[in-house]
Amino acid sequence: MLRFTLRRLGFVLLTFLIASLLIFSLTEILPGDVATMVLGRFAAPSALQNLRAKLGLDRPVYIQYISWLSNFVIGKWGVSISTNADVLGLVMHRLRNSGMLALVGCLIYIPPGIFLGIVAAFRRNKWLDQIISMTSLAFIGLPEFVTGVILIAIFAIKLRIFPASSAIDPGASFIKILPQLILPGITIALTNLAYVIRMTRSSTVEVLQTEYVRSAYLKGLRPGYVLRKHVLKNALLPTVTIIAISIAYLIGGLIITESLFSYPGVGRLLLFAISHRDLPLIQATSMLIVLIFSVSNFFADIIYAYLDPRIRYK
Amino acid sequence: MVKKGSVPVLEVEKLTVSYETERGVYQAVRDISFSVKSHESFGLVGESGSGKSTVALAIVRYLASNGKVTGGNVRFHGTDVYSLPISKLRSFWGSKIGMVYQNPQAALNPTITIGKQLAEMGKTHLGMSDREARQKACEILEMVAMPDPESVIDRYPYQLSGGMLQRCVIAMALITKPELLIMDEPTTGLDVTTQAVILDLIADLQKKFDSAILYITHNLAVVANICDRIGVMYAGNLMEQGTTQQVVAGSKHPYTFKLLECVPRFEHGRKKQLLSVIPGSIPRLDEIPRGCVFAPRCILAERTCSIERPPLIEIGQNHYTSCRLWKRVHELKAVKPEAIADRALEDIPFLKVTGVKKYYPARVKGEGIFGKRKRKYIKSVDGVTLWVNKGRTLGIVGESGSGKTTLARVISGLAGATSGDIELDGEKLGKTIPERKQTQLRKIQMVFQNPETSLNPYHTIAETVGRPITLMGKSNKREIRDRVISLLNAVKLSSHYYSRLPGELSGGEKQRVAIARAFASVPGLIILDEPLSSLDVSVQGSLLNLLIELQLQSATSYIFISHDLAVVQHISDWVVVMYLGHIVEWGDAVKVLKPPFHPYTEALLSAIPVIDSKGVRTRIRLEGSVPSALDIPSGCRFNTRCPRKPGEICRVEEPPWQEGKDDHWIRCHIPMDKLDKLQQPAMDKT
Repeated sequence: MLRFTLRRLGFVLLTFLIASLLIFSLTEILPGDVATMVLGRFAAPSALQNLRAKLGLDRPVYIQYISWLSNFVIGKWGVSISTNADVLGLVMHRLRNSGMLALVGCLIYIPPGIFLGIVAAFRRNKWLDQIISMTSLAFIGLPEFVTGVILIAIFAIKLRIFPASSAIDPGASFIKILPQLILPGITIALTNLAYVIRMTRSSTVEVLQTEYVRSAYLKGLRPGYVLRKHVLKNALLPTVTIIAISIAYLIGGLIITESLFSYPGVGRLLLFAISHRDLPLIQATSMLIVLIFSVSNFFADIIYAYLDPRIRYK
Repeated sequence: MVKKGSVPVLEVEKLTVSYETERGVYQAVRDISFSVKSHESFGLVGESGSGKSTVALAIVRYLASNGKVTGGNVRFHGTDVYSLPISKLRSFWGSKIGMVYQNPQAALNPTITIGKQLAEMGKTHLGMSDREARQKACEILEMVAMPDPESVIDRYPYQLSGGMLQRCVIAMALITKPELLIMDEPTTGLDVTTQAVILDLIADLQKKFDSAILYITHNLAVVANICDRIGVMYAGNLMEQGTTQQVVAGSKHPYTFKLLECVPRFEHGRKKQLLSVIPGSIPRLDEIPRGCVFAPRCILAERTCSIERPPLIEIGQNHYTSCRLWKRVHELKAVKPEAIADRALEDIPFLKVTGVKKYYPARVKGEGIFGKRKRKYIKSVDGVTLWVNKGRTLGIVGESGSGKTTLARVISGLAGATSGDIELDGEKLGKTIPERKQTQLRKIQMVFQNPETSLNPYHTIAETVGRPITLMGKSNKREIRDRVISLLNAVKLSSHYYSRLPGELSGGEKQRVAIARAFASVPGLIILDEPLSSLDVSVQGSLLNLLIELQLQSATSYIFISHDLAVVQHISDWVVVMYLGHIVEWGDAVKVLKPPFHPYTEALLSAIPVIDSKGVRTRIRLEGSVPSALDIPSGCRFNTRCPRKPGEICRVEEPPWQEGKDDHWIRCHIPMDKLDKLQQPAMDKT
């Protein structure tokens, strides 16, 4: 298991390295360099030259990459061009906000998704299953900006249960801002909820039809025990993968949802950075997203190996 | 109190089971009655679609959700199983009624260790603690002769071989000493040698436990060897029931009688006569005949047979038949199948395989966390030389892992040989398909084991059979159509099949289409890889006849790969016995299967259950399974399992080829005459 974990960790590092290369080269290819961005399009060539030298932009590309990457690793993420703020501090602050929103979102879709999927599988082709499956299918088709607007219209404007805007005070505690997280949380959770339900349902149906589940029942084991020990472990395998992939949707969803609810998170920060061509900020937020994505996949692999011995010993 | 053994443990009375499908309600099982006492083993035999597995599931009340018992009842110790509340029923499952299934890989949970799955039985039914249950699991594994139970207990199912897993499943069923043990095809899918060991184990356990056994299988020979009484099922009906002796030796039902005749036996010899077959095919659930279900295929059938369904009548002590013409069954003996005209064929080698090797690279785990991988090879085929003469059949036999299928793939070019030469009709062949010429490709065709997967389900029969003809350069539509129809007729399918899809055909019909496709390009050689293994016995016989007839007409050479030695002997002129990528014996088909033979051939033969084994057969059982082709034993490859191993020399030195009388070679350290002496006395009694 240790061997497996370390190898997976190696893969995470590799993914990260490749992604960093892509992010770096992408921002390099973009028209206009940092110096032009800072000084404006009509700056004097000599001034540009000076700034380039100061920022190290006159060095060979690979040296720039290495120094950029090593600076990133040790936490020197540079200064935002458009706000002049320290990128690390800015990103970390927003990361905490997004983390809280993502946590609420995950709580809304992962446990209920698995639960509803199992219920649907056990009531296969009965009316309860039909309702769950149909509803989840409807949610898959709806983008965040539609569900978000509908939620705002109903719960914020009509019923006035939750606030429409989630602009929060910096540093406010989780409990205090929780009411403001509910609507955006539901918004990012809905699509993923549908995916998790459908995946759990289909894999549970598959497991329920296996001979080993039949033989478990015919061994005289109690249905609850069969569900816990024989069905769940096998049925959750594909769900784990889907949840890891759903993290990617979650990040995509964050960008839209955070803008919709004017919530100060990483997603909105990335959008801001792109529209202001704030290169250090774009790089830092993209790298962070890659990091979140590969780490969540790493954990999915570990959970998968825990559930399935065949992976563990390969 | 009633004496033990006289009260039936299981009574099935007039059981009828129906399945509700989209197209209507079908009866899968009709009016079945039988009983099993303790200490007794009852064999339920039937081909696919006979309803035998449905009976098993109905007995434990675990039918699929669309299945329902619509008549009769099932009593366990006098209690109606269907009157019990589900909680009570659950206390029977596992503790009083044990089950063993066909596919042990599927019956065990892949993510839970063997020990934990066994311990569940002790904990649930015997009130044991974790430690006691584990201890018990160990004991029971020892009882089923599991090597090294202490280590097996902590392993996962995927880490064990099929034979070992089946031991685990049997052990699991036995922990609670159930009063009724239902075994559904427990040895199907295992190698013959493993099957023999498991059958011995079951016979041995029968003596140790007083369970009543219900043994369900399609294999009459297996049942004849281990069951006291037999029931024969066909298309959902019980056709005949009686003691093993009554049913096997004195069958009074045309179906049982013909079924017994269909099986090729050793005494038949080689290609002397066609096999006796049952005309027609097993009726589908939606077209069950109104009268006797077997009437449309029965030679004896009269008008009344197809009008009224005959009841089960007692014709001898506990001997029942559902045939009203049972007194005339002996007349069937007079119906002799056609003799095969012996062909005067000049022996011209058509295919020559010289020193062919096929190695697959394997990644082997090294030491440490990022340990280096050692480069190793799986030597699937390791230096094989053989030839096939024009118009003749070469049979290849061996257990799984012997390399016979890989050899077929190498010859056909599906897998490129690592080294060695293949020569066809005097021309050297390229290693892989792209390296071969169109004309050479045309000459080698294949028929695979499973016609369900080897035919494209979305292509009509005409497209499937017509494709090779188009590839040969014919483009006249009419010409192709005529050729397809003549090919269909040659495999005894009417032209109605022309535009059908494979889904509308039975297994046997699909395999006929596959054979027609193989003949479409007018090949010189057809490689048949286990072509009959997935088919029912009554279908096997007719396909075997068809293959022989087609060979006589076309002088096509066959390579016939099978694990069934009787079938191989029936169709082959020459036989090659393979073990771990090597040929260990080869020669004339009749010679190879008579002493002296290689100890491995001897063990294979001894492992086959025979329907009427007169006298004592030598019982030779092989330990364990075929070693991994990654770590081939030194010296003689068979030395780790050889029951006749003479000494150290086998471990050190590779055995020489010894030539026997008339085209017969054996690769063994024991001299041929000595082998002959060792093996002769036992075989004489057979």
